[in-house]
Amino acid sequence: MTTLQHAPAARRRTRRWLTHLALIAGTLIMVYPLLWMVGGSFKDESDIFSQLNPFPSSLDPRSYIAGWTATDPTFTRFYINSMLIAVLAVAGNVIACTLTAYAFARLEFRGKKVFFAIMLSSIMLPAHALLIPQYVLFFHLGWVNTYLPLVVPKFLATDAFFIFLMVQFIRTIPRTLDEAAMIDGCGKVRIFSRIILPLTGPVLITTMIFTFIWTYNDFFSQLIYLSYPSSETVPVALRRFVDATGNSSYGQLLAMSVLSLVPTFIVFLLAQRRIVEGIATTGLKG
Amino acid sequence: MSTSTEISAPAGREPTAEVPPPASRPRPGRRTDRVAYLFLLPWFTGLLLLTAAPLLGSLYLSFTKFNLLQSPRWNGFGNYVKMFTDDPRYLQSLKVTFIYVALTVPLQLGFALAVAVMLNRPMRGMALYRSIYYIPSLLGGSVAIAVIWGQLFDDDGVLNAFLAFFGVGGRSWISNPDTALYTLVLLNIWQFGSPMVIFLAGLKQIPQELYDAASVDGANAWRRFWSVTVPLLTPIIFFNVVLQIIQAFQAFTPAYVVSGGSGGPSDSTLFYTLYLYQQGFANLNMGYASAMAWVLLLIIAIFTLINFGLARRWVYYEDR
Repeated sequence: MTTLQHAPAARRRTRRWLTHLALIAGTLIMVYPLLWMVGGSFKDESDIFSQLNPFPSSLDPRSYIAGWTATDPTFTRFYINSMLIAVLAVAGNVIACTLTAYAFARLEFRGKKVFFAIMLSSIMLPAHALLIPQYVLFFHLGWVNTYLPLVVPKFLATDAFFIFLMVQFIRTIPRTLDEAAMIDGCGKVRIFSRIILPLTGPVLITTMIFTFIWTYNDFFSQLIYLSYPSSETVPVALRRFVDATGNSSYGQLLAMSVLSLVPTFIVFLLAQRRIVEGIATTGLKG
Repeated sequence: MSTSTEISAPAGREPTAEVPPPASRPRPGRRTDRVAYLFLLPWFTGLLLLTAAPLLGSLYLSFTKFNLLQSPRWNGFGNYVKMFTDDPRYLQSLKVTFIYVALTVPLQLGFALAVAVMLNRPMRGMALYRSIYYIPSLLGGSVAIAVIWGQLFDDDGVLNAFLAFFGVGGRSWISNPDTALYTLVLLNIWQFGSPMVIFLAGLKQIPQELYDAASVDGANAWRRFWSVTVPLLTPIIFFNVVLQIIQAFQAFTPAYVVSGGSGGPSDSTLFYTLYLYQQGFANLNMGYASAMAWVLLLIIAIFTLINFGLARRWVYYEDR
């Protein structure tokens, strides 16, 4: 049946080897920058640029120790800031987007179609078109240099993409479940909390994963809203680290770069399949 | 609740067209769940305060001079006129961004499709390859990777060390205005993993029978790719093109990090959003930045509309 039967076995095997060879060569190119970064963070300053070989001769953690404490405050503070913002953003998106999605998927209200269209079109809206007035608003509220501009919008369901994702998911839950609960005397609120919410597990996890990764890496908003050293997040601090240390400590810069990628990488290792599925089925930007 | 009264409609009444039989679902659009407004409260608040008002607000501010501290002064079309007639850096940022979009979108999607086709066969290690090719896409938008990229392509960076190995004299690719932008293009192409994953999912949907039929008709692999794979994949190619164009127009982090926020050397990496940031937040020309934001919004909208318009000509949907 398959096309491969047309090719003789030997040619088929050669072709498979060539494919593997090409893919392995590609792998080396893809991974080299990452290996170079990790390797360089363990090398002596003088060896980082002079050696093409990414592997260090020993695992010397000096750069990590020195880099972590090279700034005032230390990276401990930046990680606490980043994690707090990311965790609050995850909570906000999960709460606000599920509430909204349930209303769009299951409830009837005036103007539903129009609001749904507005919600969908807000997904495509470039953030820059809202940037300046939002900044003015947060500035007058006294929220600049606090976490609030990065967190409060999530509690107001501004990440419409996740609403859309959840609406799609809730629509696949059989309505007979709602109806059975209704006959048992459940109102809409209890149907939401007892029936729908427990069944949205997979899409909630996808939302949590991508909210975490996007918020953690969201350099632009953090750059704009957080300018006190003590309120800085990991990406903003890392960016300032480039200026602060200059040409003197590439090892430390590489070490802190490696560490800044660790949270995202851990999430990837834990949720690899779901991330790949999430992108494949919804086109989420990874 | 209104719904429960509908269900317990008095028995013995003739069922008419208006009154649905008890067990069936109430017709949508005929009732209102008042509690819906409670569920929608956060979203409504956000829509009003953080989306609708700012969208109109930035349109208003785009016709003013505004520095955040004093109230806006009406400036008519002044900002827009200045952009296109009296601001070479603005035009430069447009040029840089268009070059970036025109290069990264086709190249990144081309790589993504080629690798996806290679990976789309029963083969040992396929899942591992997929993960490895995907990882740059996951990490690539971060400050850390932009920092590393700057080092790789610098004077004493790895690329030059590699070139020296072959006896080719290198230069600093990052601090040369002729090449700096292309290092950023390369950085974006390197992140082809997420469109690749989308393509892979699409390739899995193409039935094997079509390939078999094509080979029976004597089509070689190249022909099968163009006559079976590509046509059936056009909806996904289209989706990726729309998405990547929108994202590429808004690229910011790599240019900011690699150029130290300046867009240099000689404004060669002055991305549109980077210049917007400089005007709005470094110079506090917030009226001007708002006008820039609206032009960007229009550019993205026009490109998206053109995409949808052209889609009728080349995107193939099986159900049509």
